Parts: sequence; structure tokens; C-alpha cells
Amino acid sequence: MADISAAVGGAQASADTLSGPRGPRPKRAFSSTNIIIYGTLLVVCLYYILPLYVMIVTSLKGMPEVRMGNIFAPPVEVTFEPWVKAWSEACTGINCEGLSRGFSNSVWILVPSVIISIAIASVNGYALANWRFKGSEVFFTILIFGAFIPYQVMIYPIVILLRESGDGITNVLRFFYEDAPRVRLMGSLSGLVIVHTIFGMPILTLLFRNYFTSVPEELFKAARVDGAGFWGIYLKIMLPMSLPIFVVAMILQVTGIWNDFLFGVIYTKPETYPMTVQLNNIVNSVQGIKEYNVNMAATLLTGLVPLVIYFASGKLFVRGIAAGAVKG
Amino acid sequence: MSYSVEIKNLDLSFGAVKVLRNLNLNIHEGEFLVLLGSSGCGKSTLLNCIAGLLEVTDGQIHIKGKNVTWAEPSERGIGMVFQSYALYPQMSVKGNLSFGLKNAKFPKAEIEERVARAAGILQIEPLLDRKPAALSGGQRQRVAIGRALVRDVDVFLFDEPLSNLDAKLRADLRVELKRLHQQLENTMIYVTHDQVEAMTLADRIAIMKGGLIMQLGSPDEIYNRPQNIYVADFIGSPSMNFLEGTLKNGSFAVDDMVMSLNGYEWVDGPAADTEAVIGIRPEHIITGELVASAPRQYEVTVDLVEPMGSDTLVYGKLGKHSLRIRMDGQASVQVGERLPIGVDPSRASLFDKNSEARL
Repeated sequence: MADISAAVGGAQASADTLSGPRGPRPKRAFSSTNIIIYGTLLVVCLYYILPLYVMIVTSLKGMPEVRMGNIFAPPVEVTFEPWVKAWSEACTGINCEGLSRGFSNSVWILVPSVIISIAIASVNGYALANWRFKGSEVFFTILIFGAFIPYQVMIYPIVILLRESGDGITNVLRFFYEDAPRVRLMGSLSGLVIVHTIFGMPILTLLFRNYFTSVPEELFKAARVDGAGFWGIYLKIMLPMSLPIFVVAMILQVTGIWNDFLFGVIYTKPETYPMTVQLNNIVNSVQGIKEYNVNMAATLLTGLVPLVIYFASGKLFVRGIAAGAVKG
Repeated sequence: MSYSVEIKNLDLSFGAVKVLRNLNLNIHEGEFLVLLGSSGCGKSTLLNCIAGLLEVTDGQIHIKGKNVTWAEPSERGIGMVFQSYALYPQMSVKGNLSFGLKNAKFPKAEIEERVARAAGILQIEPLLDRKPAALSGGQRQRVAIGRALVRDVDVFLFDEPLSNLDAKLRADLRVELKRLHQQLENTMIYVTHDQVEAMTLADRIAIMKGGLIMQLGSPDEIYNRPQNIYVADFIGSPSMNFLEGTLKNGSFAVDDMVMSLNGYEWVDGPAADTEAVIGIRPEHIITGELVASAPRQYEVTVDLVEPMGSDTLVYGKLGKHSLRIRMDGQASVQVGERLPIGVDPSRASLFDKNSEARL
């Protein structure tokens, strides 16, 4: 070793002062560790990407090509026919409007649910983090406990609750205006919005509370000395500095509500089914031939919204998750 | 004499933990009062009570003769500066300065004028449009002071404002704070654990321990005539030398060394014979040529020498007791050397061993 370094060091450096390792340690690109790590990652990536590839490829094939059964082969003749059919022609029962109606239903469920649940949960979290009141810890514990109750237990009670509260609201309205229309919460979009808002509350409140507790308390104190009140501090101090956590909450809610099937199928009726329920009805219809290409296209269409949300806000999502998760 | 801030029988507990106990404190108009103590002594808690950020358990707080015990922080006529600056990160410096005024619904022109004046006093005019993230620590703290300044408050509260700054900047800003106080002549209450800050800034210092004020007095009194062993030990770096002994007929005996206390200023006349502790500051031990003229003379064996440039710290043994001695920076002392020292009883402090109070 001494010989080599002396030879490399050559005339400039004197061999006795600089013999032995010097400078950065050389790294080998093809070490066994690297091959194992990158090999494993590659295999795992393929494993995840392959189903998506099959879906995209199949959705671009015509039925004759699908029937040949070669699922990995790229389409010989690219056709968008299955996508069009999935969107606007596919039948569920007697209705043949495709997924388009489910899409608009889902949007009408999604937008109000996301906005209302985030608005309420962020104020909840802010109050629990900064304005501790008597029993606030108990309140918080109960709320968090709600996150662990299985949804299935709540299904039937909520059916009754929605029905009765709809009737109750109707009665109140009719007390003031005799010919007020009947308010229906059960089986309507607004009922489902209420359900989603309630079920999003525990986890979102936890998320916001943890984020707001990580905001230095002195900032809150300074704002109080500066004369800002409950809403002033929330709107002018806390809100502008918590964009990442709002993005996280939004992503959680959008994907959760968009992908929801159980509540959608229970608390709505066929005209107001969300996209996921309609997708299921298209894919699982037992009559006629199975149009795999249409099914794949319909599935991809349904998954598009969460996918777009992830890609559009991935960076903020990571930042917000890190910020909300570290301090508790 | 009117008081700017009066604290009357203040109690504060968090559950079963009593943080402040029956605390009384009167602060004069225009006074710079420093609350000094180690962490957990309740000094920041007291400041938060004055600010109205903590609800008191019992007692009253008066500011400018008005009972503000139930008032909101913004209604008390106080401005507060925090250790972490607590600037609103998404607002510009100007936004930070004007936030309080906007909340109080001041007219726009007056806000502009006040912000400009505060920025002028603190020399932060070029920074007005920057965000806090683009400021250095010292600049941030200046903005934080400005936030209190624009509101034209009667009382400034500082919660360890210099602790997050590096040593040099801390010294600079300390001088600036003192200048600011001379210029504004407001009442300032300043919490710190740094005794240098306390000694240099304060008109009066309140040394706190366990929610109680151990001594309230001018820096000179605190340093020269500490009321108890805690205060004597807390103030001064390196800290005071304590030797235990007995008090007999007006002289103090440590082992077989007897020292007459002629010239010592007793609190209540010469004390009765008792177990006692004598405290002598390292810088009050006389060395060099002056030893000959000192009232009492001894010899110590040098243990360890710490040269610090401006002065030299010598650790020595007097009999079996260790002594810290501060000498001139140019003094040359060798380990193992016999060093003659002198003690002046008039600059020493005597404490009762049991009550720890000054005799």
C-alpha cells in the first residue's frame, strides 16, 4: 500500500508524510450491497407497476384483441372506444349513462364534505391546541376514541339518525312556513356529506391539533398581547402559516371520500350513487358479456381524481405529514 | 410616589403545584426591574401573570393604579418581547409592527407614523419590507422590541430577550436596551437567568427562588450585602467562598483560625454567639503588595491556576478549606506556591448557619 501511494503521489508530495489513506474513501458502484438494494427496489417497482400497465394496455384494446388473452401485449390497434363507453354508455341496470353521472355525484359529495370537514376540524384543532378549556383533554380523548370505532357499528344508527333529523328539520321548517318542502337527509347527497364530515372529524382534528401545538406558544401569546382574539389569531396568524397541513388534510379527505364505497352505497339511492358504487355496478354486472376493456377504462377513470391530487401536491403532502407527525 | 405596577398577594398554582406564593412587588414609574433566578423559580410565570397570559389563582395586579387582574393582555397597556422573538412569519416587518395597531383599529395614517417612528428609534427602516425569515437574530429581536414600541405602552415586559443571541450580539443589544430605557423612560420588567444582564441593566433586581422573592434591591445591594446565602451564592462568578465556623464574642473562628470582625456592618448590631457561615467574594480577597495593609492576613497553598487574560483565577487551600481567589491578569502564580492573602471583614458577609439569613 505504501508503495502504491508513494508512486501515485509522485514527485510533488513527499512519500513519508502522505503515505496511507488520504482524501475521500473510494466507493465502488457495483458493490454487492448496491446490487442487492437496487435489484430489490427494481423488482418491487415492477411488481407495483405491472397491474397498472395491464390495465392501461387492456383499456386501449378492442374486445377481439382482449379475447386473445395476451394481457401483457401492447394493443395492436389503439382504440379509445372503451373509455368513451365507460364514461357515457356503460349500463348499470336499466340506466345507461355510464360513469359520468357517478362522477358528478361524487364531485357534489366531495367538495362540500372536504370544505366543511376541514373548516370545522381546523378550528377544533386550533381551539384544542391553544385555548385549553376545562375538560378539553377529556373532549379530545373522546374525539380520538371515535377514530377507533369500526364504521360498521355506526351504520344502522346513522340511518335512523339521518331519517329522524330530516323529519325533525322538516317539522321545524313547517312550523314557520306551512308549505315548506320535506327535507330528506337519508338517501340524499346532503345526508352523505354530513356523514363524511362527521367521520372525518376525529382524524382531522388530531392532525390539526398536533400541527397547531407544534407552532411556538410564544407566537400565540404575542398575538394576544397585540390584541387579536380567537378568530383573529386563527385567521391572521395560524391559517397563513399552516398551508402544508391543510394540503395534507385535503388529500386525506379527497382520497378517503372519493374512494368511499360503504357509505355511498348505504346512504344514497341509485340516482345519487357516487362513482365508486357505479363502477362496482358496471364491473360486477352479471348480464351480457364481460367487457374487460370497458371495465379497465372505468376503473382508471375512477382512480384518476386521487391520482391527480397526489401528483399535484406531493411535495406539500410530504412536508405537511412531517410537520404534523413529529410533534404530538 | 406612584407605582407603575403593583402586585398584591399574588398566588398562582398549576393544580397542586404552587408556582407563586403570596407575592408582593411594587415597581416604580420608569424603573428597570430585573427578575433573576434559575429556571423553574417562577420568574417567567410572574411575567406572564403581569401580561395577563396566565390566569392568577389569587391576588391582584395593578398597572398605573388600575386593577387589571381580569383584563385582557391587550387592555393592560403592556408590550411584551419574547425569547424566541415570536414574529409572525408570514408578515413583513411592517406587518409585524402594525398588527397590534390594526387590531386596535387605529387610523391608517397614525399606524404609518408610529411604525416609522419605532423603526427610526430601532434603526430598522431598511428592513421594513422583509419577512422575518430574512433577518438575523439581532434584527429579529429589534423588530420584536419595535412591536412593543409602536403600541406606546406604559410597561415593557421582556422574557429573556437576549438568550437566543450569540455572546457578542448579546452584549451589544444589552447596551442598546439600556440606551432605549434611558431614552423612553418607560417601566421595564425584564426576566433573565443571566446575572451579568441583571447587574448591568437593572435599577433594582428581584432574585427569585421557588416562587418567592429572596431579595429585592439595587445591584449594588445585592452584590455587596446579600440578604441570605442563596442570593450570595447566586450572584457573582466565580461564586462566593463560604467557610463554616462559629461566632464568639464578635470574632469568627474557622477551625483554629480566629478572625476579629471589627469593621463588619451588622444588620442588627453584633449577633449573639452562634454557628455561622462567612462569605467572601473571590475578588475581595486581597493579594499582592496590598496584603501587608489588609486587616487580616493568611497564607494559602495554590492548587490550580486559571489565567483568563483580564484576570487570573486561583484555587487555593486555606487549611483544609478551598478558596477561590481572583487576582490581576498579569499576576504570575505557580501551583504549589504559598500565596499570602488578606481579608477585610467589612467586605465579607456573615450568615446564620440555620436560617441562612444575613447577620
